[in-house]
Amino acid sequence: MLRYVVRRLLLLVPILLGVSVLVFFWIRLLPGSPAESLLGERATPELVAAYRERYGLDEPIYEQYAKYLRSITDFDFGVSVATHRQVTDEIKDRFPATVELAVAAMLFATLIGIPLGFVAAKKYGSFIDHASLFVSLIGISIPIFFLAIILKYVFAVRLGWLPSVGRIDVTIEAEHPTNFYVLDAIITRDWATLWDVIKHLILPAIALGSIPLAILARITRASVLDVQNEDYVRTARAKGLAPMTVDRRHVLRNAMLPISTILGLQVGLLLSGAVLTETVFAWPGMGSWLRDAIFNRDYPVLQGGILFLAFVFVMVNLIVDISYAFINPRIRYS
Amino acid sequence: MGRAAVKLVLLVSAAVMALGVAGAAEKGGTLVFAGAADPTYLDPAIVSDGESFRVAQQIFEGLVDLKPGRSDIRPMLAKSWTTSKDGKTWTFQLQRSVKFHDGTPFNAAAVCANFNRWYNFSGPFQDASATYYYQAIFYGFKRNEVSTLSKPLYNSCRAKGKYTAIVKLNKRNGPFVMALALPAFAMQSPTAMAKYGANNAEIRNGTFYPTGDYAFKHPTGTGPMKFSEWTVGQRVVLVRNKQYWGKSQYAKSVDRIIIRPISNNTARVQALQNQELNIADLLAPQDVGTVQGNSRLKVFNRPSFNVAYVTINSSKAPTNNILVRRAVAHGLDRASVVRAFYAGRAVVAHEFMPPSLFGWAKDVQKYPYDPEKSKSLLRQAGLSLPVEIEFWYPTGVTRPYMPDPKRNFEAFAASLEQSGFKVIAKSAPWRPDYVKEVNQGTAGNLNLIGWSGDYGDPDNFLGTFFQEYNPQFGFRNAKITDLLNRAEQETVVAKRAKLYQQANREIMKFLPGVPYAHTKPAIGAEKRIRNFVPAVTGSDDLYPVELGGQ
Repeated sequence: MLRYVVRRLLLLVPILLGVSVLVFFWIRLLPGSPAESLLGERATPELVAAYRERYGLDEPIYEQYAKYLRSITDFDFGVSVATHRQVTDEIKDRFPATVELAVAAMLFATLIGIPLGFVAAKKYGSFIDHASLFVSLIGISIPIFFLAIILKYVFAVRLGWLPSVGRIDVTIEAEHPTNFYVLDAIITRDWATLWDVIKHLILPAIALGSIPLAILARITRASVLDVQNEDYVRTARAKGLAPMTVDRRHVLRNAMLPISTILGLQVGLLLSGAVLTETVFAWPGMGSWLRDAIFNRDYPVLQGGILFLAFVFVMVNLIVDISYAFINPRIRYS
Repeated sequence: MGRAAVKLVLLVSAAVMALGVAGAAEKGGTLVFAGAADPTYLDPAIVSDGESFRVAQQIFEGLVDLKPGRSDIRPMLAKSWTTSKDGKTWTFQLQRSVKFHDGTPFNAAAVCANFNRWYNFSGPFQDASATYYYQAIFYGFKRNEVSTLSKPLYNSCRAKGKYTAIVKLNKRNGPFVMALALPAFAMQSPTAMAKYGANNAEIRNGTFYPTGDYAFKHPTGTGPMKFSEWTVGQRVVLVRNKQYWGKSQYAKSVDRIIIRPISNNTARVQALQNQELNIADLLAPQDVGTVQGNSRLKVFNRPSFNVAYVTINSSKAPTNNILVRRAVAHGLDRASVVRAFYAGRAVVAHEFMPPSLFGWAKDVQKYPYDPEKSKSLLRQAGLSLPVEIEFWYPTGVTRPYMPDPKRNFEAFAASLEQSGFKVIAKSAPWRPDYVKEVNQGTAGNLNLIGWSGDYGDPDNFLGTFFQEYNPQFGFRNAKITDLLNRAEQETVVAKRAKLYQQANREIMKFLPGVPYAHTKPAIGAEKRIRNFVPAVTGSDDLYPVELGGQ
């Protein structure tokens, strides 16, 4: 197992190198440079030339890449062209917001998606099964930003039940030792703040969790249908085990393998920044940050941010692979 | 007293109390204001963006400031000022008993320390992204390290006693004192700047980056609000400065201001509707109706301080001919465009600067929409109709002066086609191509573009556009250049106004372009907001705001 983990970690090097090459050249294929983006009407030819010189954009591209590689080996992702803040500082501020939202969205998707899929399989062909199919189809088909806008309009703007923007009521004075606001509120035993933070999480988590929910419900249903016709399940039933026990010990446990794969991939995707959801809800996470960076041609942010997210994605998948061994002892890594 | 009388008294008392509650302002409270982005830094000398200036406007004060809602200046930390006969020496009499937020005194020595700080900026600070406004107004530093910089306007500063600061310039300059209203030239505590490393910075990966704490955690001015906290992406918190020298003015005003960034326009309006904000800036034209339709909200108008215009490139045929330029001006149906696409939030522009600025002239040559006159001018120019003309417009952009460029273009193209032209339409994305092509003079004969003012001086409009050769317009006109040079060097405002009026007349005779709209950007706010006067430049004074009862 240890050898497997080390090998996977070593694989990170070529993966991240590949990502760095792709990102570096991709953003330079976008038309324009930070100069035109930031200066707008004030972008006189002289100022644009001065900007290009200052950012080293007039140097050969391989030299620019070599410089960039040297700086990232020192963990220096540079300074944002638009905000003038260090990219590493921005990641420190923004990543916890994205993680918190992703966790909330996955909780929502898992707590509803898996039971929904399980019940649909158990009641195969019934009204519940059709209803779950319908919910899943809607979840997958509705564009996420559209759902976000609708949710926000109904529950925030019209009914006023939930807040529409941000992570927390800005008038609240709360301590944020970890920058994970739910955790912070629990650590400081600030229950009023905890409730406020949860209220801010509800709508974006539902919007963001809608697609994983639909996928999880479908995969769970299919997986449970497969497993419940296996010989060992029939044997367990024939031995007279209670249906609940059969479901828990034999059906669900074996059905969890494909579900956990999907779960891992979805968590990775959500952590990669929910651009649209974060934009609609003015959520100060990685997604809205990268979106602004694309508009501003903010090379250091795009390079640093995407490389960091690639690292996170690979790590999450590694953790999921390792978790297989715990879910299914038959799997042995070597 | 009968039961009916008691009821009546109770009813009247209740009504009076209710009215009282509705009418009275709550003392203090927190104002939540949403802009579009975080400030860049909290040291106003090294920023040039509106979001940074908005925060700076509450914490800092300059020697002068803009009058509320206007583009002319008023005394602030300087009670008064005089100019020497040669226009090079400016003597400022300062307010007494003013203290910076760190308790150190504001005096003439502090004024000179600030001027000398800007003048002595070196290394990274000479980067245009760090000191854009210093470079725009003062041209250069003590030791210029960048080839594009020129001889500095500033010469020296001397403290005469505690409360008189004498600033010497190297040449006469009219815009100087007007430009001092920019937050970039606000007075900062020399002690705090030294203590928290305000003058430490480096260029990291090509970007200016302050390495001291001052610009992030310790901005120290003399203003009515003090800095409390900045959580990037979420909020800047300012609290009332209880030692403020003019504190009696703001007895009922808010005692805490939270400025939060919400980049998405719709999200900002919805947060206002959902009572998560008190004021939302940068209301998109399509959201104005939503705010007006909400009984709790109202729309504030920011006074017009911009201009949308169609450039006419005089270096290209056929627009190198004045008759064709006049035909274009008569062929653009500006009144219809302003009526149709600006939702009542704009007036037709007749010159390249807003009417609120001194130097605006009533009697410039006007070019009402007249297709027949346009055709006859083209024939007079010896051209056969229709005359082909290339007309560019930007895509992927809305500006305060140009909320819907494509529709503006379509309407203009239609009216030009009625007037003897055949329009060849070209579009390019605002970022990066459009602005570059227009500014380099490589775009069309006609191009849609505009400008938002930075400070209350005509030099910021006319000087920027026409004082030197500008490829965007592609012409040289000695008379216009001479008038603008003289206006820049004049220090008496009345004389400057006359020179700019003359320049405006000449410009509109020469027709380097056709100004078509001055817009009033909208701000959404709760109805209970009082004492909020939107500033022309966007750097609103939020500290006088009072929160009335609901």
